[in-house]
Amino acid sequence: MTEPAGPASRGSGSSARPPPAAAPPRPFLGLNVERRYRLLYKPAVFVASLAPFAWLASSLFGLLGFSAGVDPVKFLELECGQTALNFIFITLLVTPVRRLAGLPHLLRLRRMLGLFAFFYVALHFSIYVVLDLEFDWHTLGADIAKRPYITVGFTAFLMLIPLAVTSTNRMMRRLGRRWTKLHRLVYVIAAFGVWHFYWQEKKDVREPIIYAAVLALLLGYRAVHAWRQRPPALRRAEDTGT
Amino acid sequence: MALRIPRIPPSQITPPEVYFNRRSFLAQALAAGVGASIGAARAAVLPGQAGAALSFAPNPRESVDALVHASGQDETPNTWEEVTNYNNYYEFGTDKGDPAAHAHQLRTRPWNIAVEGEAEVTGNFHLEDFLKPYALEERIYRFRCVEAWSMVIPWVGIPLASMLQRFKPTSKAKYVAFETVYRPTQMPGQSSWPPVLPWPYREGLRIDEAMNPLTLMVVGLFGRELPNQDGAPLRLIVPWKYGFKGIKSIVKIRFTETQPPNTWNQATPNEYGFYANVNPDVPHPRWSQASERRIGAPLLHQRQPTLMFNGYAEEVADMYRGMDLHRYY
Repeated sequence: MTEPAGPASRGSGSSARPPPAAAPPRPFLGLNVERRYRLLYKPAVFVASLAPFAWLASSLFGLLGFSAGVDPVKFLELECGQTALNFIFITLLVTPVRRLAGLPHLLRLRRMLGLFAFFYVALHFSIYVVLDLEFDWHTLGADIAKRPYITVGFTAFLMLIPLAVTSTNRMMRRLGRRWTKLHRLVYVIAAFGVWHFYWQEKKDVREPIIYAAVLALLLGYRAVHAWRQRPPALRRAEDTGT
Repeated sequence: MALRIPRIPPSQITPPEVYFNRRSFLAQALAAGVGASIGAARAAVLPGQAGAALSFAPNPRESVDALVHASGQDETPNTWEEVTNYNNYYEFGTDKGDPAAHAHQLRTRPWNIAVEGEAEVTGNFHLEDFLKPYALEERIYRFRCVEAWSMVIPWVGIPLASMLQRFKPTSKAKYVAFETVYRPTQMPGQSSWPPVLPWPYREGLRIDEAMNPLTLMVVGLFGRELPNQDGAPLRLIVPWKYGFKGIKSIVKIRFTETQPPNTWNQATPNEYGFYANVNPDVPHPRWSQASERRIGAPLLHQRQPTLMFNGYAEEVADMYRGMDLHRYY
């Protein structure tokens, strides 16, 4: 989802317009915004994104006072799955936040967050195959084919692979506009992820429903934004009623 | 019905001191790789907060060794830690750890049990009077949850058959219905909104299932009083059925002529039936029941095939002869 190159968002509203810029923002630690992202924010987000992994690993090995409880397999599987879904949501949050908070450079963090989402989804799948099924390939095949919630989750995992593969600068250049289209798949992936979460729950679906509501907000924001940004030709057609 | 599991001489029955230690011994022996750290951390001891000791007769028919022979699998009992910290008891919350965290709020004394319906003797009983006539027995049973995890648990209880006979059920008593206590102020899961299940929790058995020698009314665990999170003061265990049939904290027993409602069937009828017999060939609509994960076994050695009637086919299969078990799931 590259940022449209068009004029500034109409949605920003005249009252929220900042006063005429008197002085450029003070450089933080003598770094301009490019360098701040490259040298400070990106590494910080990278380390923070590894924190759930460190927590899961510590729980498994009983380090730092963490414990995976009586059933470590289920604990790791569920917590890792939820972490994966959280990263998909954080990635989807980048665009609304940078527009609404006026932080255009946030875009520089999005690829890394998306790749962490892929990392945690792949880890979740690996835990399922290795620790839960214990490499029982027959059951794996049967689960994917016959268990709808696993079919949905597995499909989401498969759809994430092309997005991870095409996340490099080179692929972005090579695919051009098609890259944007391809990466809209993440909306479907997020919906499948929530569906998978909802469907595996035995009875208590309160948490999946909260995720569904947040996803509706994230996608709804995009729908509204796209509507406001629709091409002038379309707008004229509506005005004249044709 | 005669139990055909061979009698084990008393010298071979595993005394509690041994089974508390056996798991850790076994874990150390088997553990490898990642499993090693888990196994070492799982020292099997009976903690100080375990309740008062009960006196009971260890039951030779279901000793550890008999179980090993029956299934050909490792049937080492789970630890106190596992059995009391990982279970479903939605009255206290839907997480596996919620019962252990919240069950202390339930007051189990005084406790009354109402016996109603198609029986000659009915009425309200104090728990102490209700239990007085019976000798306690220990039964080590496999426990299979409908969620496809399993444990091996040393229960202490009373065969339901001998308990029910005292009330002289009439010929109209075709079923037995049970009900859990309803106390939202002491059971946070019952007051959550929207309700996760229709309260109070209800379960039922056909009279022949209730009278089967394996069916146990449980008052203890590991030779100690049953802890609240596992269903104190009185719960049912039907070892050839999925765990949700084992209704906890029972306050009502009713003999009925027609099949009584059971809570999970009311909540999701296409997923949970009345019978709920463990059956590897009848999948849950959303997951397979062909195998299960044994809680507490070393990592990568937890998954094992699920046995028909949870390995108790010899004792119970006759009751279902001619029944379509796909239809009556």
